[in-house]
Amino acid sequence: MKLSKLSVLVATTALCAPAAFAEEMANEMTLVSWGGAYQASQVKAYVEPYLEMNPGLKVIWDESSAEATAKMRAMAEAGNITWDLVDAVASDAMRMCDEGLIEEIDHDAVLAPAPDGTPPSEDFGELLVSDCFVPQIVYSTTFGYRTDLVGDTPPTSVCDVFDLEKYPGKRALQKRPIDNMEWALYCDGVAKDEIYDVLSTPEGVDRALAKLDTIKDQVVWWTAGAETPQLLADGEVVMGSTFNGRLFSAIAEQGQPIGMLWDMQSFDLDGWVVPAGLPADRKARVMDFLKFATDTQRLADQAKYISYGPARKSSAPLVGKHAELGIDMAPHMPTDPANATNVHVYDYEWWADNRDDLDAKFQAWLAK
Amino acid sequence: MTDTTQTGPVLAADGTPLKKSLARALRMQKLRALMLIAPLLLFVLITFLLPIADMLFRSVENNIVSDTLPNTVVALEDWDPNSGEAPGEEVFAALAVDLKAAAEAKTHTKVGTRLNYENPGISSLFRKAGRKVKKWDTEADGPFKEKFLEMDDAWGDIGVWQTIQTYSPKLTNGYFLNSVDLKKGNDGIEVRPENERIYIRLFIRTFIMSLIITGACIVLGYPVAWILANLPSRTANLLMILVLLPFWTSLLVRTSAWKVMLQQQGVINETLVWLGLVADDARLVMINNQFGTIVAMTHILLPFMILPMYSVMQTINPSYLRAAKSLGATNWTAFWRVYFPNSVPGIGAGSILVFILAIGYYITPELVGGTKGVFISNRIAFHISTSLNWGLAAALGTILLAVVLLLYWTYDKIVGIDNVKLG
Repeated sequence: MKLSKLSVLVATTALCAPAAFAEEMANEMTLVSWGGAYQASQVKAYVEPYLEMNPGLKVIWDESSAEATAKMRAMAEAGNITWDLVDAVASDAMRMCDEGLIEEIDHDAVLAPAPDGTPPSEDFGELLVSDCFVPQIVYSTTFGYRTDLVGDTPPTSVCDVFDLEKYPGKRALQKRPIDNMEWALYCDGVAKDEIYDVLSTPEGVDRALAKLDTIKDQVVWWTAGAETPQLLADGEVVMGSTFNGRLFSAIAEQGQPIGMLWDMQSFDLDGWVVPAGLPADRKARVMDFLKFATDTQRLADQAKYISYGPARKSSAPLVGKHAELGIDMAPHMPTDPANATNVHVYDYEWWADNRDDLDAKFQAWLAK
Repeated sequence: MTDTTQTGPVLAADGTPLKKSLARALRMQKLRALMLIAPLLLFVLITFLLPIADMLFRSVENNIVSDTLPNTVVALEDWDPNSGEAPGEEVFAALAVDLKAAAEAKTHTKVGTRLNYENPGISSLFRKAGRKVKKWDTEADGPFKEKFLEMDDAWGDIGVWQTIQTYSPKLTNGYFLNSVDLKKGNDGIEVRPENERIYIRLFIRTFIMSLIITGACIVLGYPVAWILANLPSRTANLLMILVLLPFWTSLLVRTSAWKVMLQQQGVINETLVWLGLVADDARLVMINNQFGTIVAMTHILLPFMILPMYSVMQTINPSYLRAAKSLGATNWTAFWRVYFPNSVPGIGAGSILVFILAIGYYITPELVGGTKGVFISNRIAFHISTSLNWGLAAALGTILLAVVLLLYWTYDKIVGIDNVKLG
């Protein structure tokens, strides 16, 4: 009796006063991420502290970031958006932003300022590559090599990857044109700031592919970031590119005989995007979480669990030791000055324009 | 006798013509039967046929350009693409109106992405223009041609306008042309430059490798099915578990197991080196190529070949063979002339299953195929999930579907589909 009265009451209030509930926050939130060690670092650094502050909240994880763009488009077409916050790499975020699948975010209005009051737009600075994107981490695609298979002179330059005489054996490269084309041109003698100008011409593309041709027989092409550490551990390849965090866990956590080659590491960003068209209560919840999860301290905390650099300038001095291994994390960050002496800056705008075209050429070249 | 001379229709007990009442009874029966299958029919229709139809339609659909840039499309109709000059002020004015509306609705980047598939660079052209045009007053701020050119020289590029004009109709064959390595040029259809041709090569490769995999499954599966069908049932059941066990194991686990076996520092190479059959620096390359894909996929698809063969072979009466031998046939003749023809329906069913599964496979080729062992389905998956070019993915899928249906039809003509049995 009591129960039915209560439910009638709840039903009528819900029917009569949707406006009054608009500012209420939903007590359920679906987050989408990559799974594995990266998602674990997000749970520890952002979600667990947030749940302590909001005990009634239920957080559901979906490990679908790898196919986020396609799933987001399918959800938008079906008009049923089940995700609240999605972790995506910057290039995917730009694609989704262009497609109108994700919200534009006013960074200064939504995000928390730095402790000294610096507005977020300055604190994140040039890393705000899209209006729809809130960066969390800077990661890099770089090379690892087997310390026991390279002799007494470990590789020091990315061009050693193209040097089969000095370092014979197989190399692992990602099965996509991005990064590989730039490295090829750089090692073919193109100045760093002219790479994209050269790559914009058909001759430049041919030149990059010709350089890659010199090692094509010795390349194992990977699609998942976990493949290179495995190939290195098995001794299948002498050196290979992958995300720096993967190499860190192979070296520091598993003790594999692997060394880092930071030269011409390619910086990339990973961050949050909010699906367009969320109901008001869910959106209010997501924005509240987003503000908390991307503040200075939270971004610095994430670096305790994984070796990716926080996207805020104000977080960098707060980066401490690894939560379990107790080692100092700063020297393992891609953004550490010692590692970042020669970096490759990835041009998002250029790739957004040329990705389809170059991919067709790259795939045709691979299939030859 | 007098009754039978009656010429009118035969009547049922209630006076209606018998033919009519019979038809009604039959119709009721049919309706009842239809209602029984209705849930399944609706299920198949909604979850299978409609999505396929929708996907097929995507391969020709091209509403986005004329929906987003309605005025520009109309204004462009009068422009001659071979004139060697960019269109005039009225087209740019129409574009300003369209882009302003599109930028407010945030659809300008969408159309930019669509046109970027055909002409790289348009994506950022539209993205940048949207930002600026939003602030313009489309009534008073003219002339717009100068303003656009001032924003980006590329607006004066004839290629951009040719692309917009070529892709303004609501239906396009562009995706289909793209999927057979052709493209729409100014003067009709052209062949793509050599360094962009990929799909025909992949289609051919997919079919040849699927045929090889089907052939390997027949050769390996036939003796197994024969043994299973001719052993006492207790032993056969035990062996059957050996066939089914890998079938129940996850596809990814089996594929990864093949990686461990076949790689250069893997089990097979290590053993060969240890035995001294292969030099340490000349280890065999058995993975990340076509060989790896064929081995792994043959293993994965083998149960689909063995099971139909086995169930057909079980129905072959052993006394046929005995009869053949008692009439003087050798073991080989008895097998080849009597047993084998009886088992052909099983081979047919298994081959169709394996072949059709093989040409649609993509996870295994992706993991063990390297560059030379990937299939057309890997490109379809790429366009669905990474490049978001669903139109091209739909066109490639449609071609794949059409070729499968064509092969099925040919098979029916040559072997006869009645000659396929699952047991």
